[in-house]
Amino acid sequence: MDEVVIKKSNPWLTIWHRYRKNRLAMFGLILLIALILVALFAGVFLDYEQDVVHQDIIHKLQWPSAEHPFGTDKYGRDIMARVIWGARISLSVGFITVFLALFIGAIIGAVAGFYGGKVDNILMRIMDVFLAMPSTMLAIAVVSALGTDMINLLIALAIARIPQFARIVRSAILSVKGMDFVEAARSYGAKDKLIIFKHIIPNAIGPIIVQTTTNLANTILGVAGLSFIGLGIQPPTPEWGSMLSEAKEHMRYYPYLMISPGIAIILAVLAFNLIGDGLRDALDPRLKN
Amino acid sequence: MLKFVGKRLLMMIPVLLGISFVLFAIVEFTPGDPAQLILGEGATREEIEELREEMGLNDNFFVRYVRYVVDAVQGNFGTSYRTGKSVVDEVLPRFPVTLRLAFFGIAGAVIIGIPIGIISAVKQYSKLDMVCTITALTLTSIPTFWLGLMLMLLFALKLGWLPATNVENWTGYILPCVTLTAGTMAMILRMTRSTMLETIRQDYIRTARAKGASTRRIVFKHALRNALLPVITYVGMTFGIQLGGTVIIESVFSVPGMGSLMITSIRMKDSPVLMASVLLAAFCAGLVNLFVDILYSYIDPRIKSQYVKG
Repeated sequence: MDEVVIKKSNPWLTIWHRYRKNRLAMFGLILLIALILVALFAGVFLDYEQDVVHQDIIHKLQWPSAEHPFGTDKYGRDIMARVIWGARISLSVGFITVFLALFIGAIIGAVAGFYGGKVDNILMRIMDVFLAMPSTMLAIAVVSALGTDMINLLIALAIARIPQFARIVRSAILSVKGMDFVEAARSYGAKDKLIIFKHIIPNAIGPIIVQTTTNLANTILGVAGLSFIGLGIQPPTPEWGSMLSEAKEHMRYYPYLMISPGIAIILAVLAFNLIGDGLRDALDPRLKN
Repeated sequence: MLKFVGKRLLMMIPVLLGISFVLFAIVEFTPGDPAQLILGEGATREEIEELREEMGLNDNFFVRYVRYVVDAVQGNFGTSYRTGKSVVDEVLPRFPVTLRLAFFGIAGAVIIGIPIGIISAVKQYSKLDMVCTITALTLTSIPTFWLGLMLMLLFALKLGWLPATNVENWTGYILPCVTLTAGTMAMILRMTRSTMLETIRQDYIRTARAKGASTRRIVFKHALRNALLPVITYVGMTFGIQLGGTVIIESVFSVPGMGSLMITSIRMKDSPVLMASVLLAAFCAGLVNLFVDILYSYIDPRIKSQYVKG
């Protein structure tokens, strides 16, 4: 007898096949991997004290050359080393903030959507209050109350993003809550927590992933913006936004100072935007063929 | 309809109360004593204590919060710790500046973004579409402050065509408005394109096409109304937020608007001004959202019929 082969299609594999066809999305993915590698291995090539923050006033404000491909800043530090180190800062702040917001937002949204009624009403009205405040303003106010350091910045940025995740998780849950497989799970006595995390969230994951990616792009922009106005990451830590803030005063005569940190931000944000777009298309069943 | 508007206005009250409470709590956590701030470094402990008593700062948190709300409802938002002027006099002159900036910024974005988005969708996968999509994507990835600085470098510092920071006359608004437009325009373009593409695939569009309607008629008569709804929501939301101050752009171009007022009041721990300006910002955002919902009902008759029933 012939062997019967049952081919089980893995949904993630199908999504990957669809994603791979999108050239722009692949470009974004490669860009992101490159940035992550740069961030991970920055410590191998560079010594933080010696190459990144050590001041060398004699060599200040040098235009790009073979020795300093991106030039040097007003303290004589090599801009390339600082931009490379900046990838570490921006990516880690971005990932930590967004996953923190996702985690808390998902719990709030899941509880609100799953239990409905009064709980839902109270939680979502609280989220409305946070949504009604401009997120930059909220982050600025929190940072000024707690003080400008990295942890407080993370908290401030995360708080501003929790409501978006709470909303999207809630609506995703509402859309699958009534489906048969949830009823089935309930009928054999599954606990609420199990139903939410094992049955509902995996089925509602698409929009959540897309939202996470776009949020990563916005968070990196947000961190840079806050650091630029002096309320984010403080010098001498080489954050791209704070580098631009320092460069601003010398902009007229040393415009090269503005170029590399700006391009670095654009590349990082672009990578996440491209991936987000690609994932949205790949996850949309209407575009299947 | 009137009932609906009234209901929505009433619903803004709890949101504003919530925001004022959160802000009040944040201010409470912020280090620094207002009495010390007003009197300056040289003040004696007795003077500070006396002023604290006079300002009611020694009362319990909730007592002070309730007092703030009661005063605010009567239009009294307190006096600025920084200048000693009434908060209303501090905030109101700033508002028109931000209003102008936000209005022209969003108007430019709508005028450019929506038509190009439509063209891009109708000619999907054409060269033009590719160029528009990639440009829009790149523009959304550029930090506004960097774009602003680059424009300032080119048009103000190198070419000298436009002033870099002065908003005394209209030429000063050009650079900040263009900067503001660029990012919003790119978002609007992307949204218009994607909702338009979704709409074109609907059955009723196919029906219209089968009936032999021209592409022009299909796009403008059948598809546009439906495709524009999410775009309008986005435009309304963005305009609402920008009315509250475009913090970063105002900081780049030193524009004396709401955003820079908020930053100054945060830096100087001028909490009465901060509270009032954030509340005004939230109120504006709420009003714009309400306006968008009303606009919705004119574009989509189905929504209107819901209001009439409810």
